[in-house]
Amino acid sequence: MEIVLVGLNFRTAPVEVREKVSFSVDQARRAAEELRTQGILEETLVLSTCNRTEIYGVHADANRESASALSRYLSGFHSLRPDVLNPSLYHYYDHDAVRHLFRVSAGLDSMLLGEAEILGQVREAYLHAHESHVTGPVLNRLFQAALEIGKRVRAETELGTRPMGVASAGMKLAERIFGKLSDRSALVLGAGTVSEQVVSQLRDRKIKNLYLSNRSRDKAEEFARQYNGKVMEWGEWDTALKLPDVIVSAVGVQDTLLTRAMIERAMSARGNRALFLMDLGLPRNIEPATADLYNVYLYTMDDLTEIVNQNRSARQTEVPKAEALVEEHVGKFISWQASVQLIGVLEMLRGSLKQRRAAFLHEKLAGMNHFSAEDREQIGNMMDELIEQLLIVPAERLRSEKEHRRKIQNVEALRDLYLSDREKL
Amino acid sequence: MTHTPFVYLTVLAYLATMGLYLRFLYKGKELTGRLATLLMFLALALHYVALLMRARGTHTVPYHDLQGAMSLFGWLLAVTYLCLEIYHRQRTVGAFVIPIILAFFFAANATPSHPGAPAPAHGVIFALHVTLSILGYSAFALACVLSLMYLGEERLLRIRRLGEAVWRLPSLELLERMSHTSVLVGLAAITIGTGLGFLAVDRHLAEHSSYLDPKYFFTLFVLLLYAVYFRLARTAAWRGARASRLCVFNFVLVILNFAVVNLFFSQSHRFF
Repeated sequence: MEIVLVGLNFRTAPVEVREKVSFSVDQARRAAEELRTQGILEETLVLSTCNRTEIYGVHADANRESASALSRYLSGFHSLRPDVLNPSLYHYYDHDAVRHLFRVSAGLDSMLLGEAEILGQVREAYLHAHESHVTGPVLNRLFQAALEIGKRVRAETELGTRPMGVASAGMKLAERIFGKLSDRSALVLGAGTVSEQVVSQLRDRKIKNLYLSNRSRDKAEEFARQYNGKVMEWGEWDTALKLPDVIVSAVGVQDTLLTRAMIERAMSARGNRALFLMDLGLPRNIEPATADLYNVYLYTMDDLTEIVNQNRSARQTEVPKAEALVEEHVGKFISWQASVQLIGVLEMLRGSLKQRRAAFLHEKLAGMNHFSAEDREQIGNMMDELIEQLLIVPAERLRSEKEHRRKIQNVEALRDLYLSDREKL
Repeated sequence: MTHTPFVYLTVLAYLATMGLYLRFLYKGKELTGRLATLLMFLALALHYVALLMRARGTHTVPYHDLQGAMSLFGWLLAVTYLCLEIYHRQRTVGAFVIPIILAFFFAANATPSHPGAPAPAHGVIFALHVTLSILGYSAFALACVLSLMYLGEERLLRIRRLGEAVWRLPSLELLERMSHTSVLVGLAAITIGTGLGFLAVDRHLAEHSSYLDPKYFFTLFVLLLYAVYFRLARTAAWRGARASRLCVFNFVLVILNFAVVNLFFSQSHRFF
């Protein structure tokens, strides 16, 4: 039983190609079932996120042929010409496939190094595949190990602790001032992509009151409906600014939107309670001199980008630790795989030896009529016992072998030396 | 002075606790934090036994001399901190408080004992007066540490220098709340302690003491300043960094009161 992986990700394929080969949950289920019924794979799992699509499978003998069949299936499923798809695909087999999945799960293969979302996506993909009964003992074990390594890397390294996006860095900074944001209010100015990212972060933190304001009221209302917020009238700043603890501005305007005097009045109205300002507009929306006001914390896009860059470097230093953990788990998985293979080989060897014993006894005892049926049975049992004793020593030695590669080589040697080509299959 | 094994064990326990709190600050592992708290309980118990053995050895109360008073101060600081940690569920402050506890414990045990003027009073009221006063000072010391942390974190946030540990420090608002709690405990302890002190003076020391001693005035002045801090910290103009600076300033006056006023100006309160 060998593991095969065919897939593409943000490094190998542009977004236009990634979009075309992504799988919905239902499509992933259907593809997995078809791959099994068509005999391409015995176990299968489809992992599809916005940055990657990967098909993991187990085949009796994974080789380039099974990977090619998978590639053909992928282009057929999505009606893409192989010459368009194939250059973006990567193929991994066995240990390399295991290592790749573990790195994915640990966030080491992510666009945003160490991001946590991928672990949830791996978990979801595994749960869906498991519920559809398209996985088997090998993929179950593989994905459980992948989830374990994902959790371990996040618990034992600093890879996922620091914010990597501008919006999340801003929210983390706000938490340095207020603690939890669940009993706070926030005002977001603008309704573009950046504002949406910020609102999504605020909602994740269960912000108590979310106020939204935009030059186009219709858009603000639509935004408010979508994120369960309240619309504030654009331009009525003296009313709007005194309520929130966090103000995020991401508007494309040429002139300053919020002046120092406006914030000063707001601070006076809110009893000088701390105010966190995030200026994500270009050109800047908030007058820079506002940063000097007492209890006001102003962060611009440049400040947050600088923090994100610092965090990226800090995360990078954690990579060797995470890679070491991945290697440790790859070793464990290979060891488990070798043990499973060993049991299979020993079973086959035992069956083969018993068959030969039966044929041997049948032939040798044919002319020995003085042996009763009981005697023949006793001789058979004695020979069975001898076979078991002969198998115990190599089995024990193989089980206790600590070096994974040697263990696998020994299992392979046992297979090659004692099993016929037909039995090996 | 020969030390009991409990002195060395206490130092070891505090050092180990500090190591764990520092590791928790930098790594943020929950298990490390819990272990630090557990070890802190053990260090407290050992410190208590060390205090007890010392009192038995000198046949007097721990606060009879400066060294004993410092050791008791360290122990009460540890108790106050632990209560605050449990109340606010915040462990990252530990790494900043333990060095102060250790410094007091070292100072108390590294120098030979020189008993000052013996306290001219005994009895439960006097013992309560001293213990509550030291508890109050230790709570103020803790408030000072928290205020310094606030000022440091606030500065780092303003200059955008966010190192590894800053992401794990308590939020500014929590530090402010913890500082308020600590000052409240200190205020209550010192108020009751000072009241009991006047009672003790009234009962036993009328012939030796005068109510006009500078020590008493300075203590009441410090109390007033902390009450002012407590009030101002909730007002629009002072909340935040200004209140934290006031808290640090107040503690400087406490040290002044504890050392300079006691030693050089007081007529009837020249003991610790």
